[in-house]
Amino acid sequence: MNTRARVLEALSEVYDPELDEPITSLGFVTSCEVSPVGDVEIVLRLPTPQCAPNFAYLMAADARNVVRRLPDVGRIEVRLEDHYTGDEINAAVARGGGFTGAFPGETEDDHLDALRQLFQRKALVARQARLCEALLTKGATPAEVTACRVGDLPDNADTRRCLELRGQLGVGCELGSPAFVAPNGEPLAADELTLWLRKARLVRTSLDVNGSICRSLLQIRSRRGAKLEEAGR
Amino acid sequence: MYSHNGDSYFVVDGHLHFWDASPANWVSGQEQYAKGWIECFHAYMGLGPEETHWPLEKFQKYSEDDFVKDVFEDGHVDVGIFQSTYLKEWYRDGFNTLEKNSELVEKYPDRLIANGRWDPREGDAGLRQLEDDAKRYNLQGVKLYTAEWYQGSRGWSLKDPESQRFLEKCQELGIKNIHVHKGPTIWPLDKDAFDVSDVDYVATNFPELNFIVEHVGLPRIEDFCFMATQEPNVYAGLAVVIGGLMHARPRFFAKVMGELLFWVGEDKMLWASDYAIWEPRWQVEGFVDWTSPEDVEFSDYPRLTTNGKKKILGLNAAKLYGIEVPEEFQLPDEAGEPAAREDAQLVDSA
Repeated sequence: MNTRARVLEALSEVYDPELDEPITSLGFVTSCEVSPVGDVEIVLRLPTPQCAPNFAYLMAADARNVVRRLPDVGRIEVRLEDHYTGDEINAAVARGGGFTGAFPGETEDDHLDALRQLFQRKALVARQARLCEALLTKGATPAEVTACRVGDLPDNADTRRCLELRGQLGVGCELGSPAFVAPNGEPLAADELTLWLRKARLVRTSLDVNGSICRSLLQIRSRRGAKLEEAGR
Repeated sequence: MYSHNGDSYFVVDGHLHFWDASPANWVSGQEQYAKGWIECFHAYMGLGPEETHWPLEKFQKYSEDDFVKDVFEDGHVDVGIFQSTYLKEWYRDGFNTLEKNSELVEKYPDRLIANGRWDPREGDAGLRQLEDDAKRYNLQGVKLYTAEWYQGSRGWSLKDPESQRFLEKCQELGIKNIHVHKGPTIWPLDKDAFDVSDVDYVATNFPELNFIVEHVGLPRIEDFCFMATQEPNVYAGLAVVIGGLMHARPRFFAKVMGELLFWVGEDKMLWASDYAIWEPRWQVEGFVDWTSPEDVEFSDYPRLTTNGKKKILGLNAAKLYGIEVPEEFQLPDEAGEPAAREDAQLVDSA
């Protein structure tokens, strides 16, 4: 695998915190170049120039961090293009100065951590809902679902993401841990499963809908950009 | 009004604008924000059907004739409610202020209502202004932006003690409808502007007021729904839900509608076009035609009937604003009262 392929693979581990989807599959990575000496230049474009700066910062900083861990990588530049606070964010990411560094006096980094955690909790609920529904569809009873252990879960993307999120939230992920938990790690009880699932599905719908709006807006943006370019030619 | 298949719908558009975002109105030095803001709105227009898209220039500033044609003549709207939006840091004369909206209301007094605004950080002067506005424009409602910047403050909460004075004043002045923007915002950078817990707090403390959560808290619709189930006087403002999803993402639209019907209910949902982001016509016609998909994924959502659509498209808002609805549009007795405050079921968040 060449360096560029490894960089792209690393970027697929960077999630839009609000949508719980990799920035690569959302189409946010518009270019990724690696020079002969290993310098990396990544350009990100979000669905609108006004996407929330806090989430934009998290994605740009995460992108830089995952690439920095790769061997044979030289200078790294992550650039957010066509964003109304792009200059500030790009400079702060380059300095590694945190979100506060991007907007001195306007924010505190710890708020950002809390925000990230809030969305990790939502993402865990939504992913579990998908796994839970799949089991119920196959005929499992609520009691069987809540008796499930991590080791019983199918080996698929939802399970892997669940375990990743559990790790980030400090919830146990041993094979014998309960498979379905509240974000604080408490296992779900069989008699509360129906209502839990009803709520969890709403959380999932919310994430999915936001993702779909973002995708549509990004498509519109790219289409219009292409038209402008054509007109300018 | 809109008639289809023998049914007649009285249409109230709960959230529309008559804005000026043309370059002539951009504040010098802030052009990039003024330009970015309207271009962002323009991108949202792209979520509607292609034949309803406008060129950016028209979108920045449309004429009164455009408004009358799109909203009243083609758009089936009987009564429209302006939600005034100031943004004076970017737009010299404001984006669409109460004063500006009221000029149009004067010309079409039976067809338009303009809502005012307040900001608790303006203190006593703000209270006096609210009193003046209420008298001058006969205010029935206000639109609040809790995420707005003001002299170094990065937003406010309905829970703030000062907010209570303004809500008391609203009650005293007969301003019953409090529209709260809980949706996409620009500043501040780090505040959770979608957090609806402050609406929860004041809805309990001011049971006589109605709280309409605009954009249903998108992109946090779940927080809104869990809150709305507990508060009988909290309503869902559907601006963006129909315009942004019905055409572009029909299956997601069906899910969001299903969830709202389940958690909030048809008596508590108010349609709004968000014009000029989207024209009302395709929304009204499409919504009247809309049915939820048949597959199993949608099977346990409540079904929306013609009577339910009549409530959402106009009768609920008409009730909140005391708009007289001609007999031919009224619901049969068995369909229940529009905008009814049912007992909310208690649900903890997930």
